[in-house]
Amino acid sequence: MTIEILMPALSPTMEEGTLSKWLVNEGDSISSGDLIAEIETDKATMEVEAVDDGKIGQLLVAEGTEGVKVNTPIALLVDTNESPHATIKNIADKPYLEKEKIPSKSTNDIPISIEANSSLITVREALRNAMAEEMRADKSVFVMGEEVAEYQGAYKVTQGLLNEFGDKRVYDTPITEHGFAGIGIGAAFGNLKPIVEFMTFNFAMQAMDQIINSAAKTLYMSGGQMGCPIVFRGPNGAASRVAAQHSQCYASWYAHCPGLKVVTPWSSKDAKGLLKSAIRDPDPVIFLENEVMYGQSFSCPDDDNFTLPIGKANIEKEGNDLTIIAFSIMVGKSLEAAEILKDKNINAEVINLRTLRPLDIETIIESVKKTNRVVTCEEGFPFSGIGAEISALITEKAFDWLDAPVVRVTGKDVPMPYAANLEKLALPQVDDIVSASAQVCNED
Amino acid sequence: MNKNMAKKISTEPKMNYDLNLLQDMYKKMLLIRRFEEKAGQLYGMGQIGGFCHLYIGQEAVVVGIQSAQIDGDSIVTSYRDHGHMLACDMDPKGVMAELTGRKDGYSKGKGGSMHMFSRERGFFGGHGIVAAQVPIGAGLAFSHKYNGNKNVSITYFGDGAANQGQVYESYNIASLWRLPVVFIIENNKYGMGTSVNRSSAGENLSDRGKPYGIMSEIVDGMDIIAVREAAIRAIDYCRSGKGPYILEMKTYRYRGHSMSDPAKYRTRDEVDKIRKKSDPIENIKSLLNKMGVEDKTLKDIDTDIKSVIAEAAKFAQDSPEPSEDELFTDITIN
Repeated sequence: MTIEILMPALSPTMEEGTLSKWLVNEGDSISSGDLIAEIETDKATMEVEAVDDGKIGQLLVAEGTEGVKVNTPIALLVDTNESPHATIKNIADKPYLEKEKIPSKSTNDIPISIEANSSLITVREALRNAMAEEMRADKSVFVMGEEVAEYQGAYKVTQGLLNEFGDKRVYDTPITEHGFAGIGIGAAFGNLKPIVEFMTFNFAMQAMDQIINSAAKTLYMSGGQMGCPIVFRGPNGAASRVAAQHSQCYASWYAHCPGLKVVTPWSSKDAKGLLKSAIRDPDPVIFLENEVMYGQSFSCPDDDNFTLPIGKANIEKEGNDLTIIAFSIMVGKSLEAAEILKDKNINAEVINLRTLRPLDIETIIESVKKTNRVVTCEEGFPFSGIGAEISALITEKAFDWLDAPVVRVTGKDVPMPYAANLEKLALPQVDDIVSASAQVCNED
Repeated sequence: MNKNMAKKISTEPKMNYDLNLLQDMYKKMLLIRRFEEKAGQLYGMGQIGGFCHLYIGQEAVVVGIQSAQIDGDSIVTSYRDHGHMLACDMDPKGVMAELTGRKDGYSKGKGGSMHMFSRERGFFGGHGIVAAQVPIGAGLAFSHKYNGNKNVSITYFGDGAANQGQVYESYNIASLWRLPVVFIIENNKYGMGTSVNRSSAGENLSDRGKPYGIMSEIVDGMDIIAVREAAIRAIDYCRSGKGPYILEMKTYRYRGHSMSDPAKYRTRDEVDKIRKKSDPIENIKSLLNKMGVEDKTLKDIDTDIKSVIAEAAKFAQDSPEPSEDELFTDITIN
């Protein structure tokens, strides 16, 4: 009897991984619990244990193969008394054994062209490069957070920083967000430039008082004396199948509060250019990343001095019929929607906000004057959300230019459910953007 | 001396103390008291609004600690902060003008009683959220250590704040990373209207450093000599790189929690007794007397201070309100 050993899913967002090392050879007898392979996921390198007893009949995927999809057969297990290969059918059909590099999945299946003086890198790499470059340039920049140093980052964003900069620049903290956020703020008052990583922004709720009352307000309360040059960064928004307490977009919470800057990168270029600007910025910056985006690759400038300005939106796709306004992961979904809308003869303009506070309202208004129709997109809840704010601003500043009411595509007004089908329903999908856009374009 | 944690230190005032130092400390304590009395008066006149937390009774703590600091040390405290600012040699005029919400206040009138700062004087606030200054103080200590200077962070908080979780998050990290921070618990026996006994489990607040391996002492906060000597021990310890230190100051506030507190949770008699028996200013005054300083000299000092305070009060009332343009300044730097 032959059992297929499948590529396991080792994290909530893992879709594929690298089979970095086989720890067994063909013909080896193994027992349940034995280590058989090392697999590198988007978060870490992990060892895989055998589930069943038996003999390794054949290794189907060569060591070093990247991009092995979850649930792909990676080896065949045979009964211990069978000889390897003997009972295996269709081995010749298995195309895996040649070591291959499967190109990184581009976002949204839209082809990516690599710009001049740029490389195709993941959002994760772009963020790390931004931090490393700024740490090289300025000794007052340091990183602190849970698992950022020895573990190399819970999501591997800080990978390699400890090695390069040492433990005087990269600090593992205890799991005490309120305390270490406050310590970071104190260090910033002391003229250092801390980068404080929250493992996710869900946990930053513990630190909310320090972020709002101490980081955001002290400059004002001190009549301009007490600048707080700090970056709070980490993944925000929905991850995958982690339910209500670990899947929320906090964009509108932070964007609400004067004294903060709120930055929401989408691509690798955004991530690098905006994080570098955030680190250099003299004000407290909330830098909202997205876990699902970490592994996606985009063209990103190589230049160490490349930055993007905080407070400036980017038109990712020009169009005349409709403006889709999005930030973070929703930019990619909006671009996908725009592709589909082409078939419906709707030419959508897609604005990547990049920064929520200060909001680039000029770019929005200019676009509204051109298209006269608007759909806003966000993962967060609808009530008092970013879309609500944008809609109000457009009403105040460009009401006469509108041909239809602004429509908001948002997460549903419910705590995030765990069940896969319900989670999908709770999150805004490409189809939602397409139908909202079609609706807006059909109004006269 | 500091081998035992939470050791009760009793210090007899020493006759061989430097007379100039004692007189300076007396002056500073008296400056704080007269300032606070005037602030109370201006509050009653409607010149000061909002919350106003007076430091009367606790003067020996901040003045004693300050006498052991060096330039570059950073100080951070709660909203009961007027005394700390005066101890840091911030200008009484600027402090009073902030209380009256005027443009010449330390925060241009935008912070008020609870939120004042002077980077120049090493004073990092003035924080309105109970215990929020504790991790901030640890963070200032982090910056000293990171920069490799020999300065320490002096982080004050009250007995009420001592029950906040972020205090213990800060203890943990400060001890792990050996941050040069002296945590000073100003235990004035009441967190607003709730006595320490009713709010805090365990015997002494200073004992709470023990699980984190933080050295601590209980100090008679009404005796400035005891405060100063404990401060020297604690600050030397931190400055030498050994990590944090806790001083629990047993002190007392004579006034209510804030100006609007009728203080029904304690008797008038309780306040009077402490005032009579252990007033910190009377204590140092009698020491100065014993050392041969005449009453007239002390009286003259008081007269001078009263005129400084009168001048500050006048300045604070004459200073204009901030210009309306200030509403939208200082929100972000760029």
